[in-house]
Amino acid sequence: MRKLEEKIFKTLMRIATLVILGSLLLIFIAIIKRGLPAMSWDMLTKIPGGGFYIGKEGGLLNAIAGSVFLVIGATILGLAISIPVVVYINVYLPRKSLFADITRLSADILFGIPSIVYGAFAFTLMIYFGLKTSLLAGIIAVSLLITPILIRSMDEVARLVPKDLKDAALSLGATRYEIIKVVLKQISPGITTAILLSIGRAIGDAASVLFTAGYTDSVPTSLSQPAATLPLAIFFQLSSPIQEVQDRAYAAALILTAIVLVLSLLARYYSRKLSKNKV
Amino acid sequence: MRLLNPRDMLVRAKKSPKVRTLFGGAAVLEPENSHLHVQKDMPMEKPHISVRNLNVYLQQNHVLKNVNIDIPSNAITCIIGPSGCGKTTLLKTFNRLLDQSLEVKIDGEVLLDGENIHDPKVDIMHIRKKMGLLSQRPVPLPMSIFDNIAYGPRIHGIRRKKKLERLVQKYLKSAGLWEEVKDRLNTPANRLSIGQQQRLCLARGLAVEPEIILGDEATSALDPISSKKIEELFLKLKEEYSIVLVTHTLRQAKRIADYIIFMYMGEVVEAGTADQLFNNPQQELTREYLSGYFS
Ligand SMILES: Nc1ncnc2c1ncn2[C@@H]1O[C@H](COP(=O)(O)OP(=O)(O)OP(=O)(O)O)[C@@H](O)[C@H]1O
Ligand SMILES: [Mg+2]
Repeated sequence: MRKLEEKIFKTLMRIATLVILGSLLLIFIAIIKRGLPAMSWDMLTKIPGGGFYIGKEGGLLNAIAGSVFLVIGATILGLAISIPVVVYINVYLPRKSLFADITRLSADILFGIPSIVYGAFAFTLMIYFGLKTSLLAGIIAVSLLITPILIRSMDEVARLVPKDLKDAALSLGATRYEIIKVVLKQISPGITTAILLSIGRAIGDAASVLFTAGYTDSVPTSLSQPAATLPLAIFFQLSSPIQEVQDRAYAAALILTAIVLVLSLLARYYSRKLSKNKV
Repeated sequence: MRLLNPRDMLVRAKKSPKVRTLFGGAAVLEPENSHLHVQKDMPMEKPHISVRNLNVYLQQNHVLKNVNIDIPSNAITCIIGPSGCGKTTLLKTFNRLLDQSLEVKIDGEVLLDGENIHDPKVDIMHIRKKMGLLSQRPVPLPMSIFDNIAYGPRIHGIRRKKKLERLVQKYLKSAGLWEEVKDRLNTPANRLSIGQQQRLCLARGLAVEPEIILGDEATSALDPISSKKIEELFLKLKEEYSIVLVTHTLRQAKRIADYIIFMYMGEVVEAGTADQLFNNPQQELTREYLSGYFS
C-alpha cells in the first residue's frame, strides 16, 4: 500500500514537472516560430513607419528604447527608496523591532498588489499633480511596482549579515556610516540579484505603464514625453487584424523574452555567488 | 529607557526556579555580599581595567550584578562560567558595544587606565581603539586580505600606501599568518580557512594598535590545531598586550590563563590567579563548576 502511494505521488510530481518544462518549451517555440521570421536588423534599429501605433514598416526601436529608459529610471528611483529602508531596518533598528516587522509586512503586502492597481494609483497621482502621460509618470508607476521587490530581496540578505560583523567593524573604530558601507558591500551580490529580479519584472509589465507612460511611435527625448514599451507594443500590435502587424508583436515578444532570460540567468549566477560568499 | 527598580530585579532573580533547584535556596547568590567572594589578595598594582559596582540591565534583565574586578596588564585573564552568565555582556561593556542597542542601562564604573569609559567627555572611538575584539566565529570584512588589515588604520587616518603596507605585513606576522598569505594579499578574505580567518581577525584587531585584546570564545569555531596556534599567539602577545578571554573550555583556561574570573548568573563568584582558583577555590560554587558538576 505504502509503495503504491509513493509510486502515485512520484508519478504526479513527475507530471507536474513535465507540465512546467513543457509550457516553457511551448512558449519558446511559439514565440520563436512566429517572431523569428519577422525579426530583422531593422526591428532593433528603426522606429515604426506607415501608420500611428501599429504601422507595418520600420522596427520597434521606440518600444525597446522606451522600455530601457523606463526600467533604468524606475530602478534608480526604486533603489533610492529601498536602500535607505533596508539600511534603516537592518542597521539602525535592533534585531527584534516592531517597526521593522511592520515594514517587512507592508513590503510583503505591496509585493502582492497587482500591477494594474499601481498603474491606477499612479494615474490618480498624475491627475492630482497635473502630469500628462509621460516617461516620468511611467517611471514613477514602475518604481512603485518594484520597490517592494527590491526591499524584500535585499532585506532577505541583509538580515543574514551577522551582528558580529557590525561589532567587528565598530570595534575597529568604524562609525555608523562606515558600518553601512560594510553592510552594503557584504550584501552587494544580493543587491545585484534584487536589481536583476526587479528589472525582469519591470520590463515585462504592461498594466502599470498603460495609463502612465502611454505609447508613441517615436523615441522619447525627455522625461515629459510619452514612451512606448515592449509589453504594450505586443499588446497593441497583437490586437491588429493585419497578419504582418501581429507577427511584429511576436518579434517584440522574442526581444522581451530574450532580455528577461538573460536577466534571470544573471540573477541566478549572482545569487549562487552570494551563497558561496556567505560566512 | 524603561527600567525596573533594581531591587525588584534582585527579588526576581532570587525567585527564579533555576537558582532554587540548583542550590536548594542556599544564600550563595546573595548579591549584596557578592563582593566578599572576590579574593582580596589579587596582586594588582595597577590594573589595566577596573570594574567597580557594575550593574548592567538589558531590556529590563539584570544581566550583570554588582561586578567588581580588576584586569591586570600584560597577562591573560580568562572569564569562565556557564552559558548565559553574562560573559559576553561584560566584554561588550568594556569597549562600549552595548551602547549600540536600545534598552541598555549601565550603572557603576569601568575604569580604563583610571579613566571612566562611560564618562560623557570620553571619546568612544578612543576607547574602542584601545581594544581589539575577536569574536567567536571569525568575521572577515567583505574585502581583500590586505584591506581587512588596513581597514582600522585607514579609519584612523593613515593613508600612505607605504605605511599601510608596512602595517599589514607587521600585523600579519604577529598573527602568524604572513607566510601563508603573503602571495595573495589581494584575494577576498573569505576564501581563507576558518582558522586563517580567525588569525586574520586577530591581525586586523592588532593593526589598530590596541592595548587590550578581548576574545569571546575566539577559538571555539576552530579545529584543535588552529586553536593551539591562536593560544600560542596569545601567550606571545601577552608580553605587549593585556588579554581578556571568555572561554568555555576549562582546559584552555588552565593552559593559558594567569588570572581567572568565574561568573555565575550575572555575578562574579570568585576571581584570582589561575593557581589560586584552580588549586584552592574558596567558593563551593567554584568547586562544583570546576569539577564539572554543572556547566
Ligand atoms: N539584548 C538582550 N536583551 C535581554 N537580555 C539579554 C540580551 N542579551 C543577552 N541577554 C541576557 O543576558 C544574559 C547574559 O548573556 P551573555 O550573552 O552575556 O551570556 P554569556 O555568558 O556570554 O553566555 P554564552 O556562554 O552562552 O555566550 C543571558 O541571560 C541573556 O539571556
Ligand atoms: Mg557569550
